[in-house]
Amino acid sequence: MNTPKERFIKLLFTAAAFSSLALLAGIIIVLFREALPVFSFVSPLAFLGGESWYPTAEPPEFGIWPLIAASAWVTGIALVICVPLGVGSALYLHELAGPRQRAVLKPVIEVLASVPSIIYGFFGMTVMAPFMQEAFGLPIGLCALTAGVILGVMATPTVASIAEDALGYVPRSFREASFALGANRWETLVKVIIPAAGSGISTAIILGMSRAIGETMTVLMVAGGAAVVPASVFDPVRPMTAAIAAEMGEAAVGGEHYHALFAIALALFLVTFVFNAAAELISRRYRLKLGLAR
Amino acid sequence: MNRRDIFQKTGFTLLALCMAANIVFLGTILWFIVSRGLPAISWEFLTAAPRDAMTAGGIAPAILGTLYLTLGAVIVALPLGVACAVYLTEYSPKGWTVNAIRISVNNLAGVPSVVFGLFGLAVFVKGAGFGVSILSGSLTLGMLALPLIISASQEALIAVPQSIREASLALGASRWETIRKVVLPAALPGILTGVILSVGRAAGETAPILFTAAAFYLKGYPDSVFSEVMALPYHIYALMTEGTHPEAQTRIAYGSSLVLLALVLAMSMLAIYIRQRQRRTYHA
Amino acid sequence: MLSTADENPAARPPSGTVTLNAGSTAEGDAVGAEPKISARGVSFYYGAKRALKEINLDFAPRVVTAIIGPSGCGKSTFIRLLNRMNELVPGTRLEGEILLDGADITAPSCDAADLRKRVGMVFQKPNPFPKTIFENVAYGLEVNGVRDRLALEEKVEDSLRRAALWDEVKDRLRESALGLSGGQQQRLCIARCLAVEPEVILFDEPCASLDPISTARIEELILELKRRYTIVIVTHNMQQAARISDRTAFFLMGELIEIGSTGRIFRAPRDKRTEDYITGRFG
Repeated sequence: MNTPKERFIKLLFTAAAFSSLALLAGIIIVLFREALPVFSFVSPLAFLGGESWYPTAEPPEFGIWPLIAASAWVTGIALVICVPLGVGSALYLHELAGPRQRAVLKPVIEVLASVPSIIYGFFGMTVMAPFMQEAFGLPIGLCALTAGVILGVMATPTVASIAEDALGYVPRSFREASFALGANRWETLVKVIIPAAGSGISTAIILGMSRAIGETMTVLMVAGGAAVVPASVFDPVRPMTAAIAAEMGEAAVGGEHYHALFAIALALFLVTFVFNAAAELISRRYRLKLGLAR
Repeated sequence: MNRRDIFQKTGFTLLALCMAANIVFLGTILWFIVSRGLPAISWEFLTAAPRDAMTAGGIAPAILGTLYLTLGAVIVALPLGVACAVYLTEYSPKGWTVNAIRISVNNLAGVPSVVFGLFGLAVFVKGAGFGVSILSGSLTLGMLALPLIISASQEALIAVPQSIREASLALGASRWETIRKVVLPAALPGILTGVILSVGRAAGETAPILFTAAAFYLKGYPDSVFSEVMALPYHIYALMTEGTHPEAQTRIAYGSSLVLLALVLAMSMLAIYIRQRQRRTYHA
Repeated sequence: MLSTADENPAARPPSGTVTLNAGSTAEGDAVGAEPKISARGVSFYYGAKRALKEINLDFAPRVVTAIIGPSGCGKSTFIRLLNRMNELVPGTRLEGEILLDGADITAPSCDAADLRKRVGMVFQKPNPFPKTIFENVAYGLEVNGVRDRLALEEKVEDSLRRAALWDEVKDRLRESALGLSGGQQQRLCIARCLAVEPEVILFDEPCASLDPISTARIEELILELKRRYTIVIVTHNMQQAARISDRTAFFLMGELIEIGSTGRIFRAPRDKRTEDYITGRFG
């Protein structure tokens, strides 16, 4: 069992396993190393709270509040769409769809999830934006609302499939107990199953949100690109990811603008990191609560 | 019909509408991309290079570039990812190492793709000096695909019943023999499914290759792993944002989108098919 | 412990006595020849919990020994020590020694893979590999370095015949083993085990998931196999123990309460607890 060959092979696998840890550590180190110099020419408060983002002006201004606000608006609009649609689809799949329907509907959701974001962005630009422009009488269709709607559509399958998994963990006995007490299917769903799967569903929502915040190409193409704090959903905006993607090509490596963009990436990373950690924590506690170890 | 029944009926109808919305979304996107992309597709479009300031000709270099990048990503991420999953399910004692690795995998899966792009820029393009190249792009996409491949492989390995591992060990097989001859073959369809899905994801990604590999227009085809490449997703982006002839270029962008979509969807359909077939045979 | 040291072998020191129940005079209770396997003062821990306490138990060659006892009494844990399968469970610890032909198998110098080739095991639930019938039986041989096609085919047929499965599967060797019925799968697992030519076969409740007809076939098979192999079978089915075993050991809450010839154990148990169990007063 413990021949040298076996030990060597185990060592190889161990090394491979640590690659993911090393990668995460590498990302964190690189982000900090490239981002921290920004604070030598702008204070953290002025960076996060500053309302002017003019990185190439003379002198440049590095206030990312407009970008943060844009990300928040766009993500908020996305949530309004993906939470009801995603959770509703999960409930439908879990509760109402028979095996035949599931065999069709689950692939639909998976395929929707696998459409590349560039396609969503392209669709948003060529179909959605003109439509919005027409419908709301806007000067330009590329705005926070259009971007948020598309992001919502993109995040819906994420929320749906994770929420559906969570519903699957609810023991059958809960449902049977409720039926035995005379509740109908709807009452059982609303009063027993949804509360029991509650934290699993919130995990799904957090991960959907995390996906929307980190999404780049769609907002780059559809959000309009103006780095100003939005006053309405019809204003063009520049979310954090879009700023990085649009400007990194022009920023000189090692320059102030370069470090500032890395600092945005760091902020973005930390936000998604917190979301993912929260989702992980909640889902772990959820499974423990339902008596499912691991 | 009493109040409770009305409530139930209304609720179920709403849920059905939510589900239907997904189908409408998918249908709408497919309809526009296919109906507007199809007229652009021709033999020349698929096999020739762009001409006349990107307003005519084909997208062959972009298709080829995407294939190179994706293949490179698989070469980077597949062995590492499967090996990591094998360690997590087959070798690791329970303890802090496994937890740390598991948490890092979960978190990596949630890192925005543009952050991977910056990482690739700082580490591969600048740090290692690979420049904007197929190599840098493949490595970056590989990093992005790594957590996806790990979790998919892990799921497939966990689904292999413990009893057949015991059966193999009880026959005097070593741990490695058990993994190689029993566990991996049994988990193969599941691993394959996961790999195909992550590859599909990598093929469609734009943000990570924006600063690490992609070029808007190149004369000729790449000649080494250190060359810049054109890539389908970036091509679409560039045509729409940097193009100077919107009419002609939107048409090409639709054609390119259709090709990309067909590529990615074909892969996920294949993955879904493999999994459903597997589910049927395994259920004995 | 209510019984006296005389009646309870587990309480006796693990000195090198060959026979168990030395205090007993009932005929057939003694192990005749050198024991094939001998457990000396074996205790086993899951974390801090002691699952087995000071077990002393010998297994004679070419004899079927049944281990009976209620669920959770440690009988499965014990049998899995004999081929070191418990090593796979993290956080466990073993005290005492287990001798196979006089050599300690728990010693670090003993290779677990080599041991398991000599001590085969058939599990509670049939666990064929998701491979063909042929590949299942050939697996152990291939692991042992047999590459020759002809030798493999011969050995596979021989093992399937000895497991009384050949006639049922000879035309479908290339089909998946998962297509066989539960009873056939279990006989396939036995054939797979025989192919490695073990000296000892451990059966861990081999009929727990089988119907009565399949059970009867497996029992017949075990009686047949006794001529060549040392057999240890864990069962919670007392009729089964009575039908097929020569000697029976009764475990309760991690302790060996009593061991003796099967006839004697069922006819005249010495310990009150054995009697209670056999007469169905608990368990």
